[in-house]
Amino acid sequence: MKYVDEFRDGRLASQLAASIAREADPSRSYRLMEFCGGHTHAISRHGLADLLPGNVRMIHGPGCPVCVLPIGRIDQAIRLALERQVLLCTYADTLRVPASGRLSLLKVKARGADVRMVYSIAEALGLAQRHPQRQVVFLAIGFETTTPPTAVAVKQARALKLKNFSVLCNHVLTPAAMHAILDTPSGTRLDGFVGPAHVSTVIGSRPYEPFARDYRKPVVIAGFEPLDVMQAILMLIRQINAGCARVENEFIRAVTPDGNRKAQALMDEVFELRDHFEWRGLGTIAHSALKPRPAYAAHDAEARFGLEYRPVSDSKACECGAILRGEKRPAQCGIFGTVCTPDNPIGSCMVSAEGACAAHYNYGRFREPSTGTHAPALEDSA
Amino acid sequence: MKTLAVRALDLVQGRVDMSHGSGGRAMAQLIEELFTAELENEYLAQGNDGVLLPRPNGRLVMSTDSHVVSPLFFPGGDIGSLSVHGTINDVAVMGAKPLYLAAAFILEEGFALADLKRIVGSMARAAREAAVTIVTGDTKVVERGKGDGLFITTTGVGILPEGLTLGGDLARPGDKILLSGTLGDHGMAILSRREGLAFDAPIVSDSAALHDLIATMLTSDARIKTLRDPTRGGLAATLNEIARQSAVGMLLQEGKLPMNPTVEAACEFLGLDPLYVANEGKLVAICAAEDADRLLAAMRAHPLGRRSAIVGEVLEDAHGFVQMATKLGGRRIVDWLSGEQLPRIC
Repeated sequence: MKYVDEFRDGRLASQLAASIAREADPSRSYRLMEFCGGHTHAISRHGLADLLPGNVRMIHGPGCPVCVLPIGRIDQAIRLALERQVLLCTYADTLRVPASGRLSLLKVKARGADVRMVYSIAEALGLAQRHPQRQVVFLAIGFETTTPPTAVAVKQARALKLKNFSVLCNHVLTPAAMHAILDTPSGTRLDGFVGPAHVSTVIGSRPYEPFARDYRKPVVIAGFEPLDVMQAILMLIRQINAGCARVENEFIRAVTPDGNRKAQALMDEVFELRDHFEWRGLGTIAHSALKPRPAYAAHDAEARFGLEYRPVSDSKACECGAILRGEKRPAQCGIFGTVCTPDNPIGSCMVSAEGACAAHYNYGRFREPSTGTHAPALEDSA
Repeated sequence: MKTLAVRALDLVQGRVDMSHGSGGRAMAQLIEELFTAELENEYLAQGNDGVLLPRPNGRLVMSTDSHVVSPLFFPGGDIGSLSVHGTINDVAVMGAKPLYLAAAFILEEGFALADLKRIVGSMARAAREAAVTIVTGDTKVVERGKGDGLFITTTGVGILPEGLTLGGDLARPGDKILLSGTLGDHGMAILSRREGLAFDAPIVSDSAALHDLIATMLTSDARIKTLRDPTRGGLAATLNEIARQSAVGMLLQEGKLPMNPTVEAACEFLGLDPLYVANEGKLVAICAAEDADRLLAAMRAHPLGRRSAIVGEVLEDAHGFVQMATKLGGRRIVDWLSGEQLPRIC
């Protein structure tokens, strides 16, 4: 397939793998975090780990929108669907996120709540237009990639004077999460970041400058295809070997320094920063998420329905927090693959295909010494 | 037999109403003027509660399948042809020659009789082409809102010759895995119609009866261990089922999997993995390694197997993992589907 096969070419991959193996210094290890779930998924689905030397380790970051959504936020959506009888729309993955009381949106749907899976927020807007007697709420999640479409829908709802459409807004900000990871005193050692692909098309490459300048961490923005990721890994290794910390852009076919100014303006028009927001695994982070501005309060589900946020702690056995911070690998969680599986997820990292645990379970668990016949031991020195 | 009704059914404007399932005259008229008229054969003409069939010459294989596909009409078929192909294939992958089908219809009040006639006509055509007879049936009607137009359950019976046994528990390390053609065509045909996605070359369902291809394969003298049609859950589910039944592992070669480029693009676009997308006219065969080339040649010589390929092999693996060597040069697991990728696909 044109523009896909070129980025998955096995011959080019083996050449890149040879370069990485040649340039990686055997006397040290490289601990690189791919921030985005899209990268985690690509790495796992294409078996990229098999092409890296043992001292280059990819650490899965928190850039999976479903994974960082705390239980309390899903509980809000469940309350709206069950107690306020709204027509609740959301993306497929969100339906399976475990919430309080052993519920999930999928389970409350089976109990009779009107929960609909949609492919885009435009479908939710269409439902609101077709069912003027129903309150339609879109559970919006995601980083800067999915925020502009939400902004467009909210603006359209206002232009159409829709009185029955609102958004339960959980849009979060990538740079804030990167700061939080680097600021965790007990945090894991990271030597550099593979920077987000789609997020960076919106925000550009400039917002990553502080990580290179202030934290001395190289950042290479990469596309979501496996060869993009391998090229970025090589670029990171070269920076690390040279003792540099710069923001580089491997994804020049889509990312510019300034990003998509029109999308940024839309977001700024509709949303404002929340004072603080709770993230699963990363705790409460100041100025890390968005909510509709007061001018759009009619389309803000929290304002419209007077929703309170009640934080709920994660299951004690679940290590999603440490995994999202890069401190633990999925298989180091005591319930990974036994109690917690994609069919019965306990933590959110096991829900989305982009989640570190689901990706490892679905694609990579044969590499675990306890389960695999072809299991090279994983390098894990912090 | 004397005609029951004074006025013929309105097969243009008419709709199913509750009386069509009541057991009264309206139901008898529906069966006579629509079902029997389309499916006409000596067995249905017996008109009894059950059908009397001749003594079979061999062991019986029986399978049943319900069809709830949405939309009812899709590129490459409809719920009628699908309900015939689906059950024929379940009988045929046992190695049996399918002979008879029973069909049960659950109709929703308000369903257009013109659509019903079109669907039953499509079943009749599919059965005729496959030389299989629909010998008995049943019709029920549920109130508006209690069904979704039409559901069809078909049950098939076939004859398995003595000496032939195929099964999911017979795969052994070293065996080869063959696939009869491209992956994901049915699921993506349904999804593109459902979501209103238009492609330059429309995606057409691969829905087809596979028993003739299977008959060709069985005469090739290759030692076939297992045949199975990868429907819901796609190739991934089918291989995991076999791996579990046979207590083996498998290794697929991603580069060998036949794909229709439009289906591949649609999957990419929607973030779906073609290994998990349903097929309705493909089969997986597992055979002894030394017979694989002969079986492949036999499959490719048949119109339904032109794009057949050897896609992997059976391994010894205590964990029963189905793995795949990726085009990139790495390995991954091809696990069971978790959750629901595409509901109401067949």
